[in-house]
Amino acid sequence: MIELQGLTKRYGDKTAVDHLTFTVRPGVVTGFLGPNGAGKSTTMRMLLGLDTPTSGDVRIDGKHYAQLSEPLKYIGALLDAKAIHGGRTAYNHLLCLAQSNRIPRRRVDEVLETVGLTAVAKKRSKGFSLGMGQRLGIAGALLGDPEILMFDEPVNGLDPEGIHWIRNLMKGLAAQGRTVFVSSHLMSEMALTADHLIVIGRGRLLADTSMSEFIERNSRSYVRVRTPQREQFKDAGSAAGLTLVESADGSFEVPGADAAALGELAARHQLVLHELSPQRASLEEAFMQLTAESVEYHAGGPGPVPAGGPWQPAGAPGQPAPPLPPGQVQPPVVQPPQPYQGQQGPPVPPSPYQQPYPGQQGQQGPPQQQPPYQPPGQPQWGAGWRDSGKRKGR
Amino acid sequence: MAATSAVLQSEWTKIRSVRSTVWTLALAFLVTLVLGAVICLVFNSQWDSMSTSDKLTFDPTNTSFFGMTLGQLALIVFGVLVFSSEYSTGMIRTSLAAVPQRGHFYLAKVAVAGLLALVVGMVTSFLTFFVGQALLGPHKAQIGDPGVLRAVFGAGLYMTLLVLLCVGAAAMLRSPMLGLGILMPFFFLVSPILSAVPKVKSVARYFPDQAGQKIMQVVPSSDDHTHYGPWGGILIMAIWVAAALLGGYLVLRNRDA
Repeated sequence: MIELQGLTKRYGDKTAVDHLTFTVRPGVVTGFLGPNGAGKSTTMRMLLGLDTPTSGDVRIDGKHYAQLSEPLKYIGALLDAKAIHGGRTAYNHLLCLAQSNRIPRRRVDEVLETVGLTAVAKKRSKGFSLGMGQRLGIAGALLGDPEILMFDEPVNGLDPEGIHWIRNLMKGLAAQGRTVFVSSHLMSEMALTADHLIVIGRGRLLADTSMSEFIERNSRSYVRVRTPQREQFKDAGSAAGLTLVESADGSFEVPGADAAALGELAARHQLVLHELSPQRASLEEAFMQLTAESVEYHAGGPGPVPAGGPWQPAGAPGQPAPPLPPGQVQPPVVQPPQPYQGQQGPPVPPSPYQQPYPGQQGQQGPPQQQPPYQPPGQPQWGAGWRDSGKRKGR
Repeated sequence: MAATSAVLQSEWTKIRSVRSTVWTLALAFLVTLVLGAVICLVFNSQWDSMSTSDKLTFDPTNTSFFGMTLGQLALIVFGVLVFSSEYSTGMIRTSLAAVPQRGHFYLAKVAVAGLLALVVGMVTSFLTFFVGQALLGPHKAQIGDPGVLRAVFGAGLYMTLLVLLCVGAAAMLRSPMLGLGILMPFFFLVSPILSAVPKVKSVARYFPDQAGQKIMQVVPSSDDHTHYGPWGGILIMAIWVAAALLGGYLVLRNRDA
């Protein structure tokens, strides 16, 4: 359990972290999401006692980090992959960490095995790729078999196989009842791993919600209609009291409508339809809308972010999302296909980067896209040395 | 509190598992020994051409330590890298996450670096002395002569203190570029030059290296007007070291890693 209470960090007159208050609970993967420069890393560094908060408090199982003796047995952290002396071998790097916290030497071999670095254990880590460095950092986090794990952007630099591995590792750790706190700036990545979501922007808390709730709240659904008889359709739609949004490519978007009802409406007016498809706006879009006002560094030109779209609080269910001006409905940035948009029209090829979110959404992708969920292959993980009498009372 | 022995063990693993430790210490040993031996050979062969006053004030012990002016540069690199490599590689964040009690971490690092420097320093000074004296032939000093054992032991102590001074300074400066860029020129150029300039040298003789090197002299040089003896000199150096280590600790304790 990690508890933040009004945590604040200022550098001069710049506030990096602004009164953050939230709790990270055990048993689930908690995603920590925010655009670049939102204060995620600063928050994590304060958690580890590396940076001193300007004000506020952060506690791990009720204690400040500096009060933990042998902290690697409580909390393992991957801060950045290159927080490693490149001249030291992977084995020696882990050994010096293990020795400082009185973790037995054979745990070093165990974690090297877990992350798949046994073959390069005696190699100096400066020759490691980014992915290997990331794995070494993860090995360091797992070393003390801690109840709390914290990963800062763990998928950075990993190949698809590595991304898949770390996702399953995090889910497996959470399933064992551990606290898993993972930061990312990619909503799509979080949607696949996190059960709970904490979103910050410019150091402020924007959302603290379960993943499924976030998806429900933020995925704007609408029906896309394409017809050659545009004027007639517009009249018919207006007469039926529907809000029609014309998009740039000449199709209509009907927020909050039912596809079947729209088809029947068209039939009654004898209109030809070329497309009638229910759509859900991507989570990435929802995330960008949520953090639009707090993005630190905007790209030049007309950005993909709908300007000034404040996050709709949950208090207004049933109220259709406000129609957006044409051209801003779909971000020009081509998003990788989102498998949980199961009702989307054109079939999308399965992508190795995108596994369906295994949530309770009932909107999961086609079956062939769903890989079998495998818990990480570590049956007696950490059990060996813990119960062999070495464990100090704590 | 993390157990002291555990943190010491961890720091020992760190220091022995990087190449720079082996290279810098081996270089310090070799340069001091070989250069000292060469100088002793030269003095021995040129003895007859030396002036009488030079012969009278000839200090065989101090002569054999001549190589230290260059050998100490390798020690400076060692002392600086022991600490600043933690910052330059980012390892400091991993280290402090493992041992959040920063004073503990710092003490362990200083102790391990200091002990290693003491062992290497003593081996270097005694070997350098005996090799140098053997090459001086009839002009050599005996280890039992008055002040000689003190000078040889003091040379090892000087090397240890120099390393500790650099560890403390590196902890304050953090960056290896800054650490080496300030300390190397200071000990190799600034301090020797200033100590030869009139007026300024009355201040320069209180610099850590100038004061510390006093302990290696057995025969006082003719233009020596210092107000401290060999042990006084090493005490002055020790005060510098204590100040540097304290400064390094305060920086480590108070600043974000």
